[in-house]
Amino acid sequence: MVIIESTELNHLLEGLISRGYLLVGPTVRSGAIVYDEIRSAEDLPRGVGDEQLPARYSLRRRDDAMFFGYGVGPVSWKKFLYPPRLTMFRATKAGKGFTITPGETEPRPRTAFVGVRPCELNGIIMQDKVFLGGPYVDGAYKKARDNAFIVAVNCTESGANCFCASMGTGPGVTKGFDIALTEVLQGKRHYFTAEAGTSLGKEVLGALSTREATDPEAKAGLDAVARAGTSQVKRMDVRDLPQLLNDNFENPRWDDVAKRCLACTNCTMVCPTCFCSTVEDSTDLTGTHAERTRKWDSCFTMDFTKVAGGNIRPSTRARYRQWLTHKLSNWMNQFGTLGCVGCGRCITWCPSGIDLTAEVDAIRGNGVHA
Amino acid sequence: MTHETMNAPAAPREGVRLHPVTVKKVIWETDDTFTLQIDLGALGNTFNFLPGQFNMLYVFGLGEAAISISSDASQTGTLAHTIHRVGTVTSGLAQVKRGDVIGLRGPFGAGWPITAARGKDVCIVAGGIGLAPLRPVMYAMLRERTAFERIILLYGARSPLDILYRVELEEWAKEHNVEVLVTVDRGDSSWKGYIGVVTTLFSYIKLDARATVGYVCGPETMMKYTIDEMGRRGLAEDQIYLSMERNMKCAVGFCGHCQYGPEFICKDGPVFALPRIRHLLDRKEL
Repeated sequence: MVIIESTELNHLLEGLISRGYLLVGPTVRSGAIVYDEIRSAEDLPRGVGDEQLPARYSLRRRDDAMFFGYGVGPVSWKKFLYPPRLTMFRATKAGKGFTITPGETEPRPRTAFVGVRPCELNGIIMQDKVFLGGPYVDGAYKKARDNAFIVAVNCTESGANCFCASMGTGPGVTKGFDIALTEVLQGKRHYFTAEAGTSLGKEVLGALSTREATDPEAKAGLDAVARAGTSQVKRMDVRDLPQLLNDNFENPRWDDVAKRCLACTNCTMVCPTCFCSTVEDSTDLTGTHAERTRKWDSCFTMDFTKVAGGNIRPSTRARYRQWLTHKLSNWMNQFGTLGCVGCGRCITWCPSGIDLTAEVDAIRGNGVHA
Repeated sequence: MTHETMNAPAAPREGVRLHPVTVKKVIWETDDTFTLQIDLGALGNTFNFLPGQFNMLYVFGLGEAAISISSDASQTGTLAHTIHRVGTVTSGLAQVKRGDVIGLRGPFGAGWPITAARGKDVCIVAGGIGLAPLRPVMYAMLRERTAFERIILLYGARSPLDILYRVELEEWAKEHNVEVLVTVDRGDSSWKGYIGVVTTLFSYIKLDARATVGYVCGPETMMKYTIDEMGRRGLAEDQIYLSMERNMKCAVGFCGHCQYGPEFICKDGPVFALPRIRHLLDRKEL
């Protein structure tokens, strides 16, 4: 483990830029911390924190100069690995037939993700299983994933909607990163402990003027991360969770939550693991050029389950149940893990403030138990 | 092997490219159902499918629909899809003429386990367009007719005018020793056959429960009643297979639309052995 002084953080970013990486990281935009292209440490939300509650998100000025003193915002990294809109192919009429050309023609830039939180890194690992782990591989995802360099940042504070500790996905990273940072601010001492997770990460770190961390320096970082975990108030009770939801397909709580759920799709858009998509086919005015666009979709929309005979899930009750049961039960059958990382985005960005941990507790309280 | 699986790729592959293919014949089977015969062209050299698998068919600029393959899997270079005109894309496909080009991706999914039925009786129950994905099963079995004992086909259509593959149904009965029983929901003045839902046909046949494999495809309600009927007649659940339908966009397990509890209909199905999905069938709005 090495030490990067806070004043030297930009050298890490410059190092990545000089290696040809486009930097994407947290930055303040429209009253929220979003992930977007950044050029230097100047663009990071230094001294900015946030308050999150169910259906509440606001930024606040911190009384310190932390670079990463905020919780996850509405944007997750899937925006860059699995873009909200993607042209899949273009087709051009030629005689009676047509020719097909691939949608993506420009090469994807190598991208460094700066500030990936542990829960989010687990979200990426979950989407890897979806898009890379089966008999078919999503080519666009694979390219973006292969081109991504991950600078993870451990959490030293937990927000009110965070529950990574109970999901086993945070507040510290354990795998999947090229470089992992922990930001430590004690009085006037402001530094990062850094460790490499890959040989490439080691190379990038090695090119910086760093020094080995002293035991107290390392311990201060580890303690801060541990405190973020123990101070976390929200938790998901994961005991037998897949079985619990499978056994409670019929439960009065689904009626209750359906009265509050607007089926607005916010939870699925902000979720780092939700992967559903639809396609849109279109032609130009001449009718000679067509294209197919893949777009994020949500199991909360009415058309999602449309078949010749009608919609399979016309009620909001059934759609909420599908979403929660997929995340916390069926995901286990499909991919061998739960599909939730405890980031709390779906709680923050739900206009009704529906809290999935509370829904699970309610079902556990009144439900059928194996 | 109890369950034919897709042509399992040796290495992970991308979501299968769209290929332009030429329609060489359009056969209107009924007022609203038609068969497209497709010339696979160069694709024909490598395209193999299992009875029960489906393709995604694309109409230029309009979109894609999942359509099961209804032709003989032993034919090379050509394919048939029987399509019920009901939505935007299938209405677009209904306007396709001989010589037109459509797009094709596939084949996808798990097929009917025909090898599991060798040496046994086979009871096929189809409702409406559900006969289309079962026609390749008939072709496969008739090619080796002696490898199977009794072949029973119970088929229900809405009306006499909605009966698919009429000529072939007669041929299978007369020339291939298939017990073909057809019923319609509503008869007309010319109809001398059975009237009623397809499950009423079970009262006209006798099944050897211990030696019969059941293949079922049709509307979900029809399949549920059929399974109940088969159960009452002593068929073991693991001898019953059914083909499920859900909305599909990608056909390779990415888009999420076809989820049926823990199953992805596109890649885990569409054909399932009954025990795998038995507990899901009674769940409403799943």
